[in-house]
Amino acid sequence: MIPAIRIDQLHKYFGTLHALQGIDLTIAQGEFFALLGPNGAGKSTLINLLAGLLRPSSGNLSVLGHDVVADYAQARRLLGVVPQELVFDPFFNVREMLRFQAGYFGLGRKNDPWIDEVIEGLGLADKAHTNMRALSGGMKRRALIAQALAHKPPVVVLDEPTAGVDVELRQMLWEFIKKLNREGHTIILTTHYLEEAETLCSRVAMLKQGRIVALDSTENLLNRYPGKHLRLKLEPSRLPEALHPLLRSVENGFHTLALNEAAQLEGVLADLRNAGIRVEDLQLIEADLEDVFVQIVGSRS
Amino acid sequence: MIGVYTLFKKEILRFWKVSFQTVLAPVITALLYLLIFSHVLEAHVQVYPGVSYTAFLIPGLVMMSLLQNAFANSSSSLIQSKVMGNIVFLLLTPLSYWEFFAAFLAAAVIRGLVVGCCVYLVALFFVDLPLQHPLLMAAFALAGSAMLGALGIIAGIWAEKFDQLAAFQNFIIMPLSFLSGVFYSIHSLPPFWQQVSRLNPFFYMIDGFRYGFFGQADISPTISLTVVGISFLALSWLTLRMLKSGYKLRG
Repeated sequence: MIPAIRIDQLHKYFGTLHALQGIDLTIAQGEFFALLGPNGAGKSTLINLLAGLLRPSSGNLSVLGHDVVADYAQARRLLGVVPQELVFDPFFNVREMLRFQAGYFGLGRKNDPWIDEVIEGLGLADKAHTNMRALSGGMKRRALIAQALAHKPPVVVLDEPTAGVDVELRQMLWEFIKKLNREGHTIILTTHYLEEAETLCSRVAMLKQGRIVALDSTENLLNRYPGKHLRLKLEPSRLPEALHPLLRSVENGFHTLALNEAAQLEGVLADLRNAGIRVEDLQLIEADLEDVFVQIVGSRS
Repeated sequence: MIGVYTLFKKEILRFWKVSFQTVLAPVITALLYLLIFSHVLEAHVQVYPGVSYTAFLIPGLVMMSLLQNAFANSSSSLIQSKVMGNIVFLLLTPLSYWEFFAAFLAAAVIRGLVVGCCVYLVALFFVDLPLQHPLLMAAFALAGSAMLGALGIIAGIWAEKFDQLAAFQNFIIMPLSFLSGVFYSIHSLPPFWQQVSRLNPFFYMIDGFRYGFFGQADISPTISLTVVGISFLALSWLTLRMLKSGYKLRG
C-alpha cells in the first residue's frame, strides 16, 4: 500500500540554521501518528514543508505517492493542515468561508453535504452564519479545523490543536478526530503533551534539534522509559537519607521523587515511616513528555 | 476553473461587503476634488479649445479614482491576509501562481471599473461630457486598472506591515497620480517638467483616457496605449516571477 506520508533524507536550512537534518519518516494510511518535541525542534517546519508553505533544501516529501513539490496540486488535494495560530478571514461567516475553501480545491456545490457534516461534527451549527471575527477563541479553533477539512482530505495534519484549549473542547476535538481516523483518515498531530499522544496515537516520532531521536509505537516508547513522579508533602518537611537518590526537586513544600514503577511506592512509604516522617499529602503523577524526552536524549549523548 | 473562479468571487465579495468604504468613499473624494477645483479654476483655465475646465477635469478624476482603487483592492487584500495570517489557507490549496495572479488581478480590475463608472456617472450630473472614442476610452480603463492591479499585488506581497503599504501608496502611487496631468495639461509646464512627466506611466493612462472623451490630448493615443500596454506586461511579468518564486509567501 502507498504510504500516507513518505519523507526521504529531508534537509531544511534557514540561512545557516540547519533546521531539519536528514529526516526519514514513513507514515502508513490510517495511522494516528504523533510528532513530539520541544519548541524549536522542527515540528512546524516539517509540517510546513509537507504543506508546501516551505520548500525543502534537499530531500523529498510525498503525500499518498504525490511529491509535494513536483506534483503539488495533487499532494495538496490529499492533505488538510490545521495551522497552529488562530487565523481567520474577518470578512465572511463560517459557512461562506468553508465553501470558499472547498472551492479553491475545485469543489463546487456537490461538496456542500460534506461541509454540513463538518459543521455539525465540530459543533459549529449554531455559528454557521456568524462572522468569523465574532467567534470566541474556542469556536475559532473549531472553524480552523473545519477549514482544513473542507475539501475532505484523506491525510489530516494538526499542528498543536489543543494548545490553549479548555478541557471540554479538547475532549470534543479528540472525539471528532478519532471518528475521522476510524473513517479511514490518516491523522498526524504535533503536541507537547505525551499524555495526549499516549491515549490517541499508535505511533510516535520524537524530534530534537532537527533530528528524529525516537520513532516507535507509543506503547514501546512508554515501556522503554517507564517513570512516575511522586509528590509528597511531609511533616516534618525533610527526606530520609535513603531516599535522596530519588529526589528531583523541592518546591512549595512538596518533595518530588522520580520512580521507575508504581511498586517502588511501598518502599518509599516504609522508609518514611521508619524515619518517623508523616505524609500529609501525596500525588502520583505520570511522567510527561519532558521526562521521557530527557531520558531519550540523555541516553544518546 | 472552479478554483480560480472561487478566489475571484471571494475577492469581489471582500470589497463589495464593505462597499461603503471601497466604492462610496472614493466617489465622494473624487466629487470633492471636482467641486473645489472646478469652482476655483473654471473661469481661469481653458486647456483645450471648446472644452470647459470642469469637463477637462472629469476624465482625469475618473481615471485617478480607477487606478487608486484597482491598486487598493489587490494590495489591501494581500496585506490584510498576510497580517491576519489567513493567507496560509490560500497557500495550502492547489491553486497555481497563474490562477492566484488572474483572480487577484481580475478582482482589482472590477473594483477599479466600478469606482471609475460611479465617478463618471455622478460627474455627468454636473457637466455634459462628449465621448468621441468609447472603445479607446474602455481600453485605457481596462489597461490602467489591470496595471495598477498588478502593482497592487506586487506591493501586497512585498509589504510586511500596513505602514509599508501606506508608504508605497503615499510615496509612489499618490505622487505619480497627482503629477500625471489629472488637474492640468502637461503643455502648461516648463519644458523640463514636461520631459519629466513623460517618464510617468500614469501620464499616458490619463492622457489616452482623456483622448477617448475629447478626441484631443497632449500626445498621440497610440503612443499612450503602447506605453500603458508595455508597462502592464512588464509589471505582470514581475508579479508572476515573484509569485512563482514564492517571494515572501513560501520560504
